[in-house]
Amino acid sequence: MPVTVKTFATPTEAAAALSSDRSACYIGGGTLVMRALNEGDVSIATIVRLEDRSLTQIRASGARITIGAGVTLSQILRERELSFLHAPARLIGGPAVRTNATVGGNLFAPAPYGDLAVALLALDATVSVMSGYGARDMALEEFLASRDRSPGALVLSVTCDRPPAPEAFRFRKVARVKPKGVSVLSIAVSLSAVGGRVSGPRIAYGAMAPTAIRAKAAERALEGKTLDESGIAAAVAAAAEGTSPANDAIASAWYRREVVGVHLRRLLLGQDG
Amino acid sequence: MLELRKDIFADERDDNLKEIGKPTQRQDMLGHVTATSVYFNDHKLQGMLHLKVLRSPHSHARIRRIDLSEAERSPGVRRIIRGADVPHNLNTLLSLINFGKDDEPTLAVDKVRYKGEPIVAVVADSQREAFEALAKIRVDYEPLPTVFDVEEALKPGAPVINETYPKNTFTYHDIYDHQKIRFGDVERGFAAADHILEQRYQMSPIEHAPTETNGSIAAPDTNGRYVVYTSTQALFFSLDTCAKILDVPSNKLHFIGGTVGGGFGGKVDTVTEPLSILGAMLTGRPVRYMIGREEEMLYCAPRGAERIFIKDGIARDGRILARQFRCLFDSGAYTRLSSYAAVKCAAHLPGPYTIPNVYAEVYCIFTNRVPATAMRGFGVTAVDFAIECQMDKLADLVGMDPMEFRLVNAYRDGDMKAHRREAKNTALIECVQVAAEKAKWRIRDDFKRMSSLKEAGGQRPTAPPPVREPILVNRSAGQQRTVYDRPAPPPPEPIRPPPPAPPPLAQPAPAPSHGAIRFSSVFGGRRR
Amino acid sequence: MAKTPLQFRHNGREVAIFVDGGMSLLSALRDEIGDHSPKFGCGQGGCGACTVLIDGEPVLSCITLAETVAGKSIETADGLKTGPELHPLQAAFMDNFAAQCGYCTPGMLMAAKALFDHNPDPSRVEVIEAISGNICRCTGYESIINAVLAAARRTERRA
Repeated sequence: MPVTVKTFATPTEAAAALSSDRSACYIGGGTLVMRALNEGDVSIATIVRLEDRSLTQIRASGARITIGAGVTLSQILRERELSFLHAPARLIGGPAVRTNATVGGNLFAPAPYGDLAVALLALDATVSVMSGYGARDMALEEFLASRDRSPGALVLSVTCDRPPAPEAFRFRKVARVKPKGVSVLSIAVSLSAVGGRVSGPRIAYGAMAPTAIRAKAAERALEGKTLDESGIAAAVAAAAEGTSPANDAIASAWYRREVVGVHLRRLLLGQDG
Repeated sequence: MLELRKDIFADERDDNLKEIGKPTQRQDMLGHVTATSVYFNDHKLQGMLHLKVLRSPHSHARIRRIDLSEAERSPGVRRIIRGADVPHNLNTLLSLINFGKDDEPTLAVDKVRYKGEPIVAVVADSQREAFEALAKIRVDYEPLPTVFDVEEALKPGAPVINETYPKNTFTYHDIYDHQKIRFGDVERGFAAADHILEQRYQMSPIEHAPTETNGSIAAPDTNGRYVVYTSTQALFFSLDTCAKILDVPSNKLHFIGGTVGGGFGGKVDTVTEPLSILGAMLTGRPVRYMIGREEEMLYCAPRGAERIFIKDGIARDGRILARQFRCLFDSGAYTRLSSYAAVKCAAHLPGPYTIPNVYAEVYCIFTNRVPATAMRGFGVTAVDFAIECQMDKLADLVGMDPMEFRLVNAYRDGDMKAHRREAKNTALIECVQVAAEKAKWRIRDDFKRMSSLKEAGGQRPTAPPPVREPILVNRSAGQQRTVYDRPAPPPPEPIRPPPPAPPPLAQPAPAPSHGAIRFSSVFGGRRR
Repeated sequence: MAKTPLQFRHNGREVAIFVDGGMSLLSALRDEIGDHSPKFGCGQGGCGACTVLIDGEPVLSCITLAETVAGKSIETADGLKTGPELHPLQAAFMDNFAAQCGYCTPGMLMAAKALFDHNPDPSRVEVIEAISGNICRCTGYESIINAVLAAARRTERRA
């Protein structure tokens, strides 16, 4: 069957088209869908597009920021309000990829890709999803765990914390090719310090599991500790707990497990990678 | 910045260099920067059709049945090509110079021998329609036991990859299953040595990853010929290979190459031309067969993996007394150019060093991997990696500086090489001396005065006493592992007794029908 | 097969073509317009050989749906010359031997032009960032970086 492109003006129509056609696929920036088509994926016969201004809007007034799923990475890099996301955004693709690649698309990128999703996960993100039942919000963690099982769900926007201060959010991408390369792993840490002790840390990893995940064991070991060598030791020791990295062309599972603690330690201590 | 060391070998050179040391512009640079250099795909031909192949998902399997009925009815399909449609469906690249037996089908018929081997070609109006038709082809396979390790492939009772070579090794001169070097007596050398070092080196397959993938467009031309725009690096080679596979006189083919978007050796296998031309013959239309990126990385030939065992016997004063090689080339499922790689390797051993006793076996071995091909110094690059790592370890072993160690063992003019030829125009010593100088690596005055020249060489100088205690390398050859390895191989087999004496060199070589005198050493005759 | 009409500016000229559903901008430029300067290297957005500019921004044409460029302005390497005169980047690439097989060159030039048009005096780090999405298998990148920096200096002197 030849490929048909259908462009809609509202998410409701687009979601309906997706849920009614098994061969339909939603296109954001094209980094995933066009690649599949170019490589001969004949299971895609309909491409669903959305031309809705709300998808490219950013609402950054309060303590939580909402970013439309159609916002591109280059758009993020132009927004001063989103400077805390510049570190992950700048390290994804090259300039041309960033012109196309969208926030929503990054949530679907398979490991070892999807570094923006890692950052959002550490920022306690929720996702607004349109499906047959209408729009609903769900935690990003829940969304990532179920994304393969809900074809036809349309991501409308992502909402995340605005870090209170620059040091409250840190991100590191470990890659063998610089300035941009596919992740060996990536780490995002969101934390605040109350009286010199870490409070409510959230640590997220990329390329340490089939999707971005929270490093809950390391988080528990970091709670209430000081941000120095001895304070973080327990968290570093627990860094690889709960991870299931893959063997792929970039790195072996063994290597990823060996070095995640090293990079977590450097990130927490503010050392260069 | 280029520096010309004219002081070295000064009386051997005349100083009238016109090109060396001066920048010269590429003749195609203007085309590159204006994007007007023409690559094979930069042709817009009316009514061009698109060819894509079905590839085996199995590394080793019998093909029981191919059902094309649904695919043939698929929209946009113009023609489906099977092995039976290929006039001469068995070939090997170097048959053009009478080297090797035909072993590789253009399209597999009864058996597939590597994952990704082409079985059926679909020619359709668009690439999408070709992909859709491919998805409708049904093939019944009977999987067979696989071999992925070169040493496993050599064991008696190993699955036979290719019936053309039932022992899973390429055959040289019709009787030998490996290339040999025999010089002196390595056992005597080892017995006289103060230290023995045996190590195992492994190089993985390496993908060329050219930015332009392999591909060709073939079209019926105005005068009954076929014009072929191709990415090949080897225009005449590819033309003759196609003439043979398609059983047409070579003057029926008009090959136009021109610019290769990155070759590095990966565009010599003539992978796409036979099928694009056959497609043009069978449909009467232009046909393009362009390899996709995943296809290129996964199924087009890489540089072959090599496993190299080196055993050295070394005297306390740093002279290598005996060197023994066992080199195992992983050719993948078919020969292509690996037979030649093994010859080059043998010609290169034991490295640029004078060693009085050398014993080498170099095998070209078949496994169920993607067939290997040429890449940048193939046959030599990997074995040099092994030799130079070994040299560093040996230097460590006897407590010598690694540069000085190489100077002690370097060949000099007049030395007899393991190939029974006198070394001429050697320059390793001078290269090491200049490199040490540039790197500000201190070497002692005695070593700075060494020379490659016959007169200056004289009696090979005795090495000065070592500067420190030797450091023993405590990992034996069999214990080293890499991610590439399968389960631990057995220790290397003991050296077999030498085979019966080879036929006398006076035997005339078979007359090459393609005039390839340059390769005379390959099939027995010697020109020099 | 239904075809969608598509009108846009191509190197300053208004063009109108018909595209098949799902056709990439790369295919539209090469097969429908006949502009062979952007190249197919991977079809995955990974190599940059297909880089073109859309309204001045660098874009990978192999992963861009052709029909999304309606009404926009596309620039390709084919349009860099002014008459017979080379663009400073092209001249600098020649002078600095910044190509061997030449296959990545059109994409490199467009990535560099995108940088130039925004930032006429880039630092070395900025040049590296700008071409970070373009793979070269031949040169090792140094000559390309030098060429872009040299072009900046040359344009400065002219101004």
